[in-house]
Amino acid sequence: MEWVDVVLQGALLGGLYALFASGLSLAFGIMRMVNLAHGDFIVLSAYLALVLTQSLGIPPLAALPAVAVIMAVVGYVLQRGLLNRVLGDDIMPPLLVTFGLSVVIQNLLQEIFSADTQSLPGGTLVTASLPIGGGLAVGWLSLLTLVAALAVIAVLQLILARTRLGLAFRATSDDLVTSRLMGIDTRQIYGLAMGIALAIVAIAGVLMAIRTTFDPTGGPARLIFAFESVIIGGMGSPWGTLLGGVILGVAQSIGFSIQVGLGQLFGHLAFLAILMVRPQGLFPRTRGV
Amino acid sequence: MTSAPPIARTAAIVRGTRASRLGGVLGAVILLALVTMPWWGERADMHTVVEFLYMLALAEMWNLLAGFGGLVSIGQQAYVGIGGYMLVLLAMKLGVGPFIAVPLCGIITAIIAIPTAALVFRLRGAYFAVGTWVVAEVFRLTFANIIWLGAGTGTSLTSAMMGYSAWLRDSLALWIAIILGVGSVMGIYWLLRSRLGLALTAIRDSEVASRSLGVDVRRVKFGVYIVSAFGCGMVGALVYLTKLRISPDAAFDINWTAIMIFTVVIGGIGTIEGPIIGCIVYFVLRDLLADYGSWYLIAMGLIAIAVMVWARRGLWGLLLARTDLRFFPVQRRVVIEDEAGASKPVEG
Repeated sequence: MEWVDVVLQGALLGGLYALFASGLSLAFGIMRMVNLAHGDFIVLSAYLALVLTQSLGIPPLAALPAVAVIMAVVGYVLQRGLLNRVLGDDIMPPLLVTFGLSVVIQNLLQEIFSADTQSLPGGTLVTASLPIGGGLAVGWLSLLTLVAALAVIAVLQLILARTRLGLAFRATSDDLVTSRLMGIDTRQIYGLAMGIALAIVAIAGVLMAIRTTFDPTGGPARLIFAFESVIIGGMGSPWGTLLGGVILGVAQSIGFSIQVGLGQLFGHLAFLAILMVRPQGLFPRTRGV
Repeated sequence: MTSAPPIARTAAIVRGTRASRLGGVLGAVILLALVTMPWWGERADMHTVVEFLYMLALAEMWNLLAGFGGLVSIGQQAYVGIGGYMLVLLAMKLGVGPFIAVPLCGIITAIIAIPTAALVFRLRGAYFAVGTWVVAEVFRLTFANIIWLGAGTGTSLTSAMMGYSAWLRDSLALWIAIILGVGSVMGIYWLLRSRLGLALTAIRDSEVASRSLGVDVRRVKFGVYIVSAFGCGMVGALVYLTKLRISPDAAFDINWTAIMIFTVVIGGIGTIEGPIIGCIVYFVLRDLLADYGSWYLIAMGLIAIAVMVWARRGLWGLLLARTDLRFFPVQRRVVIEDEAGASKPVEG
């Protein structure tokens, strides 16, 4: 029964990783750009929520909408003001610029908030759990995170499939030049895509911060978890990404149950094993990347 | 139809420049000064020189990867860390002389890089970058779980250095640093002037075109990756030979790669001179902002971003656009001499 619990908790952790991954894969899917500062934006959202909860005295979940709006604006402005300038055939400039951003954000957070670990008060949400029989229980927060991941993926799918904006997203992703000829303002599309990506990042960041402690240097680890979920699931497949997150979460949970120091390592090894036997991921949709 | 009287013209392929010959003399003087530093220099200055030279070697290794091989790795800290830990293994556990151990550490690191490369080369472009980062994390976590090597808290290397006087230790570290720093610059210079270098610059300019001309792109990139690991491994061994204390978090710190990337980008990616300029900028900034915590890293990051947006060829590129100063000429130029004996270089 202990093993069932380990797998169950790992699978639920996968919900958080799928949230981490959704913003990353959205930006990559539309702009073919990997944002190396993705994890640092997750941590930045957590700090924004910290500032809002402390200054206004509101619970973290009540601060979430404001954090999401702020991050969406940050994403839009960043894309239009900086990242659009370096996007092109050469993949190196956007990689190096976002890597630079990553280091700058980490060190700025450290200068402003010090290197101390922080946490958001979760109240009963963190401690309360739902018994599901057989001595097993599911934390309400884990459940909420998983539901949030499912909702984000479903809404993204709906936007992409049913709206004019989604049509423009898909067209820009498929063929940039033709989309421009058809009158799509691709710079605006890229700005909106990054805005949405960072709004999702805000949801992920606040839920993470309620669940666990965070510090300024935690970004790269979150980027890597997001990346591993995307690759395990297969590029361009949102539900694959969810499964990738779950596999990563279960692997970490198993490693952690053996010995605390092995949690992350087991996650990475699961990723490398899948890369070795099935480099295209479990459910690939995008080809030739 | 009368043709104009033929002008006697001879053409020759020239590779050297006036700057390269002048630079050669200047370089020899600087080299001599550095090598003799243990007899005239201050200890603190020697330590700065050692650090400058090993940062330069690291920067050139990343430059070789990204600037010439087109491989953006964010995981070179893996090889710095492995080099450092191999020093612990060889010098502390197996009793190999610490200074003989440095090249051996490079070789072991290169061997470890072979299966690693086979794995990360499955990822392309941007995904390759994050993949190398994951691999570096795997190495960090692995070493953090080996109790025999001090696990997460690391270990001290002091006892391996017991037999050496402080003067000899500093001098040997300086000479190794000179070999690595100057060697990496000259090694890349030599490499780029060789056949392999021609293949590398061809790949940098157009992968598709060079493939169609018979360049085995994958093999060349693989080779570059292994050479870079070899260099980073030796630097890692040297670093912990001077620091005498190693821990997984410090040895596999992403900041190793961050500084490599920033110095190369700021100085000028894909040039030999660029990393030298970048390293000077790094040391000056760090010295100026010494009292302000990690602001030097923030400044380096912001400058690197600005360079990528407005002056992609870096500070050296800006200088090259205004003058024709090439200390390390790797291109071939045709010089045509006319009757008057005046020579005029054709586009190089």
